[in-house]
Amino acid sequence: MLEVEQLTVRFGGITALSGVDLRVSAGELIGLIGPNGAGKTTLFNCLTRRYTPDSGRLAYDGDDLLRVAPFAIARRGISRTFQNLGLFPALTVRENVMVGAHQHGKAGFWSAPLRLPGVRTEEARLREEADTVLRRLELLHLADHPAAGLPFGTLKRVEVARALAAKPKLLLLDEPVNGLTHGEVEDFAGIVRRIRDDFDLTIVVVEHHMGFVMGLCERVVCLDFGRVISEGTPEEVQRDPAVIEAYLGTEA
Amino acid sequence: MKSTSETAERETATEAVPAATARVLPPWARWVLLALAAAAVLYAPFYFAPFRVFQLTLVLVYAVVLLGLNLLVGYSGQISLGHGAFFAVGAYGTAILMRDGDIPYLLTLPIAAAVTFVLGLAFGVPALRLRGLYLALVTLSMAIFLPPLLKRFPELTGGSQGLSVEQPASPAWTGLAEDQWLYYVSLAVAVVAFVLVRNLLRSRAGRALLAVRENEAAAEVMGVRPSFYKTLAFAWSAMLAGVGGAVSTWVIGYVAPDSFTVVLSINLLAGLVIGGLASLSGAVYGAFFVMFVSSVAQDISGAAPGIASGLLIIAVMLIAPTGVAGLVRRLTAAARRRLAKE
Repeated sequence: MLEVEQLTVRFGGITALSGVDLRVSAGELIGLIGPNGAGKTTLFNCLTRRYTPDSGRLAYDGDDLLRVAPFAIARRGISRTFQNLGLFPALTVRENVMVGAHQHGKAGFWSAPLRLPGVRTEEARLREEADTVLRRLELLHLADHPAAGLPFGTLKRVEVARALAAKPKLLLLDEPVNGLTHGEVEDFAGIVRRIRDDFDLTIVVVEHHMGFVMGLCERVVCLDFGRVISEGTPEEVQRDPAVIEAYLGTEA
Repeated sequence: MKSTSETAERETATEAVPAATARVLPPWARWVLLALAAAAVLYAPFYFAPFRVFQLTLVLVYAVVLLGLNLLVGYSGQISLGHGAFFAVGAYGTAILMRDGDIPYLLTLPIAAAVTFVLGLAFGVPALRLRGLYLALVTLSMAIFLPPLLKRFPELTGGSQGLSVEQPASPAWTGLAEDQWLYYVSLAVAVVAFVLVRNLLRSRAGRALLAVRENEAAAEVMGVRPSFYKTLAFAWSAMLAGVGGAVSTWVIGYVAPDSFTVVLSINLLAGLVIGGLASLSGAVYGAFFVMFVSSVAQDISGAAPGIASGLLIIAVMLIAPTGVAGLVRRLTAAARRRLAKE
C-alpha cells in the first residue's frame, strides 16, 4: 500500500531522515519508535506532504505521492493526528470532526450562502456522520463544547475522531497516548484495535509508550538519527541490542 | 483560570456556531424579543426626523461593509487597511452608471457587486503570499492610492468636484418619503447580506474558513485548500464593501474623492474591532461607531476630535477587549446566570 524508498530530508546541516525504507501493507498496524529527534514525525510530515524530501521515493497505492498537492492528500485516503495537537480551538468538537469530513461535502461559497438545494441535506449528513464517529470514540457528550479548554487526553481522541471522519485508508497517529494516564492508555489501545477492524484501516503509530506499542502493533520499526536501525515483531525489536543502545546509550 | 487570549478565542467562537448554551430563555421569549427588535427597526423611519433616518441608513450601509471586512479579518484571519477602496469602487461605479447609463438604479447593485468581487479576487491572490503587516501595508497603499487616482480622470469621475447623481425616488404606491424609502431599501440589502453570510458561516465552507484561520496546516491535512478559501474570503469581503458603496451612492446622491480617504479605511477597521471581530452583531455595533465616532469626538473635544476618537477607541478596548459584541455577550450571560439563580 505504501512504499517509502531511500527517503532523505535535510534541514540545513541536520539530516532528519537519511535513506529510510519502509513498506506498509494494507491492513497492517505498525509501530514507529525511536528516541526524540529520530525523525518519526518528519516521516509523517513527508507522507502528508508537509515537507518535500530532498531525495527518495514515496509510492502510495502505486502512485507517486510527491506529485499530490498537500490539500489533496486527504482525498487519497491518508489522514493523521498531530503530536502537539492540530485542532481548531474556536470550533466545537463536532465542528472539528466535520472539518475532517471536508472532502465528503460540496457546499461552497455560492451554494452555502444561497442555501441551494442539497446544502441542507449535505449538512445534516455530515453532522450525522460526525456524531457517529464521536459516539464510537465516546465523545458525543462533548460535541457542542469548544475544542479549547478540554483535557489533553480528550483532545487527542477528538483528533482521532477528526481523522476518522475523513474515512481514510491509511491512518497516521503521532504520539496518540502521550500525556494519557495508565488506564486511558489501555482504553486507547482498545479503541485503536476496534477502529482498525471497523473502518478497515491501515495504521502507522508513532509512540514512545513502549507498553502501548508492544501490546498493540504487529510490526515495529525503530528509527535513530534518521535511519531505520531495527525492524521486526515487537519481541525482536525489544531484544535488538541496537534498539537498547539507542534508548539507553549502553545496556543498563 | 484560562488565559485571556483563550477566553477571547472562545468568545469569538460562540457566534460562529449555533450557541448551545443560550437556551436559558424559553424559545417563545426569544421570538418575542426578536419580534420587538424587528418592529423597532421597521418603525424607526417614522419615529426619527429625516436627518436621523439618513444617519441610520448609513449605519446600515456601514454594517454591510463591516460584515464584509469581518469575513476577511474576523473569520479568515487576514487583514485589510484598504477596504475603503472597495467601498469607493462600488460607490463610484454606481454613480457613473447612474449618470451615464440608462438603467434602473437597482441594477447598479449587482454590477457593483460583480466588479468588486472580481477586484477582490485579483487582490486575494497576492494576499496569499503576504501576511500580517505586509498585507496591511499593501492594502493600505490601495487606500492611499485611490483618491488621487479618482482626481486624475475628471471626465469619468468628476475630479475633485466629485459626481452628483439623482437619488432614487420612492415609488408612489408606498407613500413613503424619500429618506424612508432609502432606509427600507438599505435595510433589505443589509438583511439579505447578513442572511447570506450567516448561511455561509454555518456551512462546510464557513467551517473550512475558520479552520484555515485557526490552524492552516491542520486544515490542509484535512483536505481544505487554504488558498481557495482565503482568496474567496477576500473576494466576498470586497464584494460586500462594493455593495455598501453602491447603496451609499443611492443614499447620499453624491461621491467625491475626499469621502474615501485612508481615514475611512482605518475607521472601518477600528469600527470592526470595536464592534467585535468574528461576530455578526459586531458588524452592526461597529457601523454605529463608524457613523457617529467623528461627531461624538467633536462633542468631547472640538479642538482635537482626532485625539478624542483615539482615546475613545482605547477606552472601549480596555473595557471590552472582544468588542461591543463580546461585552454584550458577557452581560447577557451574567444576566442569565442571575435569572437562573432566582
